[in-house]
Amino acid sequence: MPMTDTIMTWSSVQPAIAEIYLVAAICAVLLIDVFAGEKRRGLTSTVTLLALAVGAALTVAYGHITHHAVLFDGMYVADELGYVLKLVGFLVVAVVLLYSRAYLENRNILRGEYYVLALTALLGIFVLVSANSLLTVYIGVELLALSVYAMVAFDRDSGIAAESAIKYFVLGAIASGTLLYGMSLIYGLTGTLDLEQIAVKLHSPVSLGVVLGLVFIVVAVAFKLGAVPFHMWLPDVYQGAPTSVTLFIGTAPKIAYFALTLRLLAHGLGGTVTEWSQMLSVLAILSLVVGNTVALVQTNLKRLLAYSTISNVGFIVLGFVAGTPSGYTAALYYTLIYVLVALGSFGVILLTSRSGYEADKLDDYKGLYQRDPLLALVMMMLMFSTAGVPPFVGFWAKLRIFQALWETQHFWLVVIAAAMSVVGAFYYLRVIKLMYFDQPTGDAPATVRSTGVRVVLAVNAAAVLILGLLPSALLDLCSRLIR
Amino acid sequence: MHGLLSILIWLPIVAGVLVLLLGERNIAAGRWLALVATLLTLILSLPLIANFDTTTAAFQFTEHLPWIPRFKADYALGLDGISLPLVVLTAFITIFVVIAGWTVIEVRAAQYFAAFLIMEGLMIGVFSATDALLFYFFWEAMLIPMFLIIGIWGGPRRVYATLKFFLYTFLGSVFMLAALIYMYVKAGDYSIASFQKLPLTLVEQRWIFVAFLLAFAVKVPMWPVHTWLPDAHVEAPTGGSVILAAIMLKMGGYGFLRFSLPIAPDASRELEMLLISLSLIAVVYIGFVAIVQQDMKKLIAYSSIAHMGFVTLGAFLVYDIVRNTGSVQGAGMGLDGAMEDMLPFGRLSGAVCLCVGVLYDRMHSRQIADYGGVINTMPIFAAFMVLFGLANSGLPGTSGFVGEFLVIIAAFKASFWYSFLAAVTLILGATYTLWLIKRVVYGPVGNDRVAALQDLNGREFLVLAALAIAVLLVGVWPAPLLKIMQPTIHHLVDQAIATKIPL
Repeated sequence: MPMTDTIMTWSSVQPAIAEIYLVAAICAVLLIDVFAGEKRRGLTSTVTLLALAVGAALTVAYGHITHHAVLFDGMYVADELGYVLKLVGFLVVAVVLLYSRAYLENRNILRGEYYVLALTALLGIFVLVSANSLLTVYIGVELLALSVYAMVAFDRDSGIAAESAIKYFVLGAIASGTLLYGMSLIYGLTGTLDLEQIAVKLHSPVSLGVVLGLVFIVVAVAFKLGAVPFHMWLPDVYQGAPTSVTLFIGTAPKIAYFALTLRLLAHGLGGTVTEWSQMLSVLAILSLVVGNTVALVQTNLKRLLAYSTISNVGFIVLGFVAGTPSGYTAALYYTLIYVLVALGSFGVILLTSRSGYEADKLDDYKGLYQRDPLLALVMMMLMFSTAGVPPFVGFWAKLRIFQALWETQHFWLVVIAAAMSVVGAFYYLRVIKLMYFDQPTGDAPATVRSTGVRVVLAVNAAAVLILGLLPSALLDLCSRLIR
Repeated sequence: MHGLLSILIWLPIVAGVLVLLLGERNIAAGRWLALVATLLTLILSLPLIANFDTTTAAFQFTEHLPWIPRFKADYALGLDGISLPLVVLTAFITIFVVIAGWTVIEVRAAQYFAAFLIMEGLMIGVFSATDALLFYFFWEAMLIPMFLIIGIWGGPRRVYATLKFFLYTFLGSVFMLAALIYMYVKAGDYSIASFQKLPLTLVEQRWIFVAFLLAFAVKVPMWPVHTWLPDAHVEAPTGGSVILAAIMLKMGGYGFLRFSLPIAPDASRELEMLLISLSLIAVVYIGFVAIVQQDMKKLIAYSSIAHMGFVTLGAFLVYDIVRNTGSVQGAGMGLDGAMEDMLPFGRLSGAVCLCVGVLYDRMHSRQIADYGGVINTMPIFAAFMVLFGLANSGLPGTSGFVGEFLVIIAAFKASFWYSFLAAVTLILGATYTLWLIKRVVYGPVGNDRVAALQDLNGREFLVLAALAIAVLLVGVWPAPLLKIMQPTIHHLVDQAIATKIPL
């Protein structure tokens, strides 16, 4: 193997512009926050949004790459998938920060940490998205996870937030441990950390040791995704964390964990696809069944959306179960759509909440239509989308998964997934029922009325409709991104 | 002519969005916009009939635009002899829905009209789509406005009814989607025509047939998956009931004709006994159930189920007729009857629903026991109700007669017992309808509230008179309708009796 050039030139690091820039931006935001002081806390928020916009612009200008390039001695891979996912990352985090501003202000927790941690988490996402070595994967996972643990706990006066942060941290640490252990086994048996090298060396049938390592890695991936039976943290964290943090956890990291599954399992360990696809199919079925049935009895909207996430994760995992590029494309498409819809749904919760009023119970949404028609309309569109009803985009996401499963002759998985999406439809309809068919209770405070955020939310919902009517462009893009 | 179907689909939808944007404050303008849009849709649909070529079974007025090139799913529209009458029926009925809700709907009226306009566009889309994915897209999207219509403007148990309606139909259609995707993976594109040509083994056909059966049997609805209809029908506002009975149920029948028979002919032949039995149970058993109903709308709902039993019976008689007579000639009679039964019945059940709506708007009760002697205070209304009631029970000279007659004759060709059981419905239908009329319309004035009733106002008279003319016209002169359908039905019979099993 020829040694890569160790002298760094601009062209050799150019595809990594997003990460390099982001590190600088984090330092800048940190400093600005320190000097801005208590009075001008809004400045941090504005600067962060600006930084994200500049980052996206720089990435478009310098980071665009259409071929497959390996950088930093095989640690880092640059390709179009990574490029697009990073742009999506910038966009999603920007929208998250926009949605959460009013919520944080209302509760007097508009602190710089939230913004800095969001950026470091984003850096973790970028590292994961471009990881080409077990080491990079681990760095990305930990950078993302540690930032998120801190975000959950950052409202220090909230007992329930602290509790869920600890739960998340302890369980997350165990998952990291299993990930490392699995990686060490794979490394020991193949002698390399490089995912491309591993892909060359591992073929079915594989030794028992590899399968053992694989099991540990699959467990860790399932934990990160929130697939049953490694989902226990998810409802508690979603419910316990401040809603703005739930919004963050529910969206941006999903992109990273999709990339993790793709780079690690589908590409690096692609030779063992028969082994892990069996494991994943069990996880997928359990996630679909448990997620959907437990969601039926929830009374807390955040918790309900957590179980809905679990069932959606089941669908994403089904895409991987197919084990074909078509299946990975379906999983990518589903992930992007899921993130789009989750952004909107948690956004509605954030705009409905006021200080001292969390608006996280289902009953808080009674008669929302009368109180705020726009929020109710947006939420209705998002719920129908998640239920998979056309003309909304969620329909295509499900269709794409079904198609990948049929192509690989997974008859029973199609039947189970179809049946479970009907079960799922019930609780999405229940939310719509509360908003549209019931009368408001009367004591609920007015919703957030600032125009900017509402426009973003409306655009978010419009995207769900337009991508549903004309799904072709995004479907094509996803197919192109998966090699 | 090009683009006409698209206009028919999108004109009401765009109008619906506009009504929604006008909002509750400009409801007067919204109402007129809704009326103009529905009238315009009907007027624009008339050239379809005038220019329809009755010598071919091919799709006409076709439109073809790439929609999702990757899946080879196209925005493909077209009409044949089966779908053309249904499109016109949809355009026709929606006008009455708008007029019927004119002043009756007081809360969120703009949304009410918007929902029905969007619904109209989607329903026309269902009937005119020639691409399976596009068909499914419209088919499912239709659930959303109907869910809201029942849930927002419905009766006391509306939430239960609407959830039941949505989940039942959703359950049925998800499996249809799975079947469609399966065939796409085999055929390589989503056009219905290529699904119809696709060779399929008997095992595959069976599964596909069952998936379709779930979707269409729920929609029709066939016994034993009919229980959502009485709930939804009773709780829905008058307009919603009209659309449900007049058009949405027809979609199930349409689905059998467009998908089940041509795509899975061998499985249809194998499972025809099942379908015929279920249809006969619906005709006879549900007919008895209808007799004992205390609630007028429930009675109509059960009569709809019994009627639709005729439709599915007519559709699946084709195999027995071919077997018994040995010829393809005449095999289409059951299908003719099925279609003839669906279309006028659309108008009829709509008309009966509107009659009940007229009474409900005045008395706010659907219980038969609350009425009696309505003829004394509302003579004009009583005349209409009697006419529609008789037509509903299949009186010769009204549109209800033609279809039932054709189906019974076809059933006779297949088996004596089929026709015997099917003919029982003539007695049952007469029983529940006439008994309903006797208790509601005739007799002495039942109570003070009936004594205070006002007869039809101009708006209501217009609606019922227009429907009455349509009912009588098709009854005495069904030939044009039969002529439109003829080539398509022949083609369908050929498709249904051919085998698709690869050698």
